[in-house]
Amino acid sequence: MSHSEIFVQQLINGLTIGMIYALIALGYTMVYGIIQLINFAHGEIFMAGAFLGLTVFGLFSPALKLNSALMLILMFVSAMFVCGLLGGLIERAAYRPLRKSPRLSCLITAIGVSFILQNLMMLIWGPVNKSFPAFFKHSALSLGPLRITFMQGFIIITSLVMMSALHFFVTRTMLGKALRATSEDMTASRLMGIKVNRVISLCFLIGSGLGGAGGVMYGMYYNSISFHDGYLVGIKAFTAAVLGGIGNVPGAMLGGVALGMLEGLGAGYLSSEWKNVFAFLILVGLLLCWPSGILRKLRNE
Amino acid sequence: MNKKALFVFLIFLAFPLFDRNQYHLDVLVNAGIYAILVLGLNVITGYCGLLNLGYAAFFAAGAYTYALLNLNWGWSFWVSLPACAACAGALGLLFGSCALRLRGDYLAVVTLGFGEITRIALNNLDSLTGGPNGLSVKHPVIGFAGKGLDFGINSLPYYYLTLSVIMVVAMITSRLSLSRLGRAWIAIKEDEVAAACMGINTGKLKLFAFCIGCAIAGVAGWLFAGKQGFVSPESFDFVTSVMIAAMLVLGGIGSISGSIAGAVALTVIPEVLQPLQQYRMFLFGAVMIVMMLFRPQGLLGGKRILEELKPETERIRQEEDEVLSEDLRQ
Repeated sequence: MSHSEIFVQQLINGLTIGMIYALIALGYTMVYGIIQLINFAHGEIFMAGAFLGLTVFGLFSPALKLNSALMLILMFVSAMFVCGLLGGLIERAAYRPLRKSPRLSCLITAIGVSFILQNLMMLIWGPVNKSFPAFFKHSALSLGPLRITFMQGFIIITSLVMMSALHFFVTRTMLGKALRATSEDMTASRLMGIKVNRVISLCFLIGSGLGGAGGVMYGMYYNSISFHDGYLVGIKAFTAAVLGGIGNVPGAMLGGVALGMLEGLGAGYLSSEWKNVFAFLILVGLLLCWPSGILRKLRNE
Repeated sequence: MNKKALFVFLIFLAFPLFDRNQYHLDVLVNAGIYAILVLGLNVITGYCGLLNLGYAAFFAAGAYTYALLNLNWGWSFWVSLPACAACAGALGLLFGSCALRLRGDYLAVVTLGFGEITRIALNNLDSLTGGPNGLSVKHPVIGFAGKGLDFGINSLPYYYLTLSVIMVVAMITSRLSLSRLGRAWIAIKEDEVAAACMGINTGKLKLFAFCIGCAIAGVAGWLFAGKQGFVSPESFDFVTSVMIAAMLVLGGIGSISGSIAGAVALTVIPEVLQPLQQYRMFLFGAVMIVMMLFRPQGLLGGKRILEELKPETERIRQEEDEVLSEDLRQ
């Protein structure tokens, strides 16, 4: 393989993981856009999605074949559904009573929720790494010297479908319009007859559902999940959201893909020990030098 | 010092007379080290309103400063104290001067990033810090050339040392909060725009609060390294930072007695409930949520803190922010 071929191969790998980051980043960005809260628990919701996918697989594996479409649909639908409910529940129980409190209080609560979820996952699924079944074996599509595994293709296409659906929902439907209006100005939206609380719940529901789907994909791609993975992946997805411009839905998609590719290239040329420092450096550098991100006008922060 | 504080101090002073159990004293020493950390974080978060989620990095700075000075140049425990505080303070100056241009949530995330970068760096700079294996250091000794008291692994001397450090730090921070400087900090916390209008140099004073808080964490690190005789990066992770924040939230953000009470409660409770060790993170998370929902001023927080956390105050603040951002845009 020549240099340029390795480069392109790393880009494809980066694109795959970037799609997963983008799905999770959507949850951060939608919630931030509407109530200016960094939902620290989102990384844990994502991880719960991965574990739920695994549990559903365990339940149905005697009856269904590994690669059957029904199995995949069941895993994704149930993970998304339960994670969506979980996100909505957290919003209702922990964040809504603090809607009018200082942002410091909300942030502290969000960290508390994240700790509780992490502990619960450890208790339910155990403290050791769980191995995820290997879907699609190692079959791959060869384009000249480049390889795209079926898994990568599946992740890229599924995420694209989900993100297009979300984009359609936000830009073309009445509820999507209410969502955009609420994030623009909550008081004015309330005066226009929009049920703001319901819109916020919906936002948590969708964001967490997408995070759950991202979790299942993460498990399928890496084949091993642990209860504390959610923290680091969550931070990376948050970085992606900031990179794209927080509060901006297309920005989160763009930011996720950009971060994934950047990381893919970084991983190729940096030692693995320093790989995580790289992610944090991007986060810190971005917030300090370019907090507006790619797709957002600067607001007072 | 008021009568209540003196009374509590005397109880703790006399405690070892009644209970010489090494394990009990050891738990209290750990609680004391956390109390120092919470007092330091209280200066940053309680007085100045800046959330620091990478606080463990400055704790680590103090601990590693003592370890490295002791191992490489044979500095004694006592001589290292100013260096430990200074190094942690300098690190605070460095991080703070970058991060303090941000506010609120973004500041919290950047400090979190700094904390993680520090921990991963300590883990990977094997030749300097010993990497994940950590460094072994000498316990403190009082006296000259071999003659005198070696603190060793006996908990009692550490108990009194920690108690005196807490007293000094509590005294300093309480005097600070009542001084002109402390009033300026509280003005910044309550309303940065109004404070700036009153002629307070907000940038400089925020940085100063950040530095002092970090230097106090350095002192806690110094004590921790001397007492453990060993430092490794895993003592300084994100969970530690959040735990310190949870202690502050439990006791009362901005309250000195609350800081100490929160640290003691959240260190002693998990020890008493040993069989429930695996629910530790659950406990910290639950404390943070329950306090924020039902008693945001904390167990021992005063009326002023409650007043500040009221929705009306926040509404006024937000409206001002909006007006300000409109002005900036034009």
